[in-house]
Amino acid sequence: MAGHVVPKKVYFNVFGLLMILTLVTTLVAFADLGPLNTIVALTIAVGKAIVVTLFFMHVRYSSRLTWIVVGAGLFWLAIMIFLTLTDYLTRGWA
Amino acid sequence: MSDSDALARSSLQHHFDSLEQQHEASSLGMWVFLVTEVMFFGGIFTAYVVYRTFYPAAFADASRHLDITLGAVNTAVLICSSLTMALAVHGSQVGNRKALIGFLILTVLLGLTFLGIKAVEYAEKFEHHLVPGSAFSYPGPDARQVQLFFSVYFAMTGLHALHMIIGIGVLSVLVVKACRGVYSPAYHTPVEVSGLYWHFVDIVWIFLFPLLYLIGRHH
Repeated sequence: MAGHVVPKKVYFNVFGLLMILTLVTTLVAFADLGPLNTIVALTIAVGKAIVVTLFFMHVRYSSRLTWIVVGAGLFWLAIMIFLTLTDYLTRGWA
Repeated sequence: MSDSDALARSSLQHHFDSLEQQHEASSLGMWVFLVTEVMFFGGIFTAYVVYRTFYPAAFADASRHLDITLGAVNTAVLICSSLTMALAVHGSQVGNRKALIGFLILTVLLGLTFLGIKAVEYAEKFEHHLVPGSAFSYPGPDARQVQLFFSVYFAMTGLHALHMIIGIGVLSVLVVKACRGVYSPAYHTPVEVSGLYWHFVDIVWIFLFPLLYLIGRHH
């Protein structure tokens, strides 16, 4: 009745994917990719977070209102981090 | 009228039209709270980003003093706990009380395992004088910047651990209530919103692991 019942199989698949991505991110950290190391690590982390949010936290099956709240939260976080970086990352340019 | 209908009706607060509306409101409220949590952790993440931008080499050096094996194992432990939490919510949705109670207890045990491993790591940091403060000591010219890394490390992992402790407390209450038969397929909102909180804490760790443990491993 209340809430969408997600099949257990979906949870097991998500779990498997999260475990594989954890292994991958740990192994990749030992390879020297230059600045790409951080980008790869963060991309994998964002991917894991999205999967957890969509399936474990049922956002995929939630109302538009929930999507807006989640999106607004991430948007404000992005403002905080990226606007801060526009300062600190460009100080050496002068 | 069946027992579960009666139970559902008694769970409906008078200011809501239906259980569905009540559920939607609770879930939305939890999400608004989680957004404030995103802001809360976001501040420290921003501090991390700024200091790592200033001192990339010192942060990479300091990161190598963290135990990558324990960090990776703890990541796996938390992912397992998210799976058991999701299965507990599933159990409550389909009315399988045994699954609900069993998976809640498993989730609590995995949470305690995480904290146990974290305690071992913290103890090791104290032994090696890597805890910021008067006892901190680190060879080399980067000592001050390395201390900064460990300040950020303890602030981030400490707040995360505090969230875990609160989560374990919340889930323990759910276990007791589930044993009393409070939850049914019609009414299990507390299980679901507590699950949201637990998964959120997992997501925080998903970012902490690469940002704290994995930088500078390739040097």
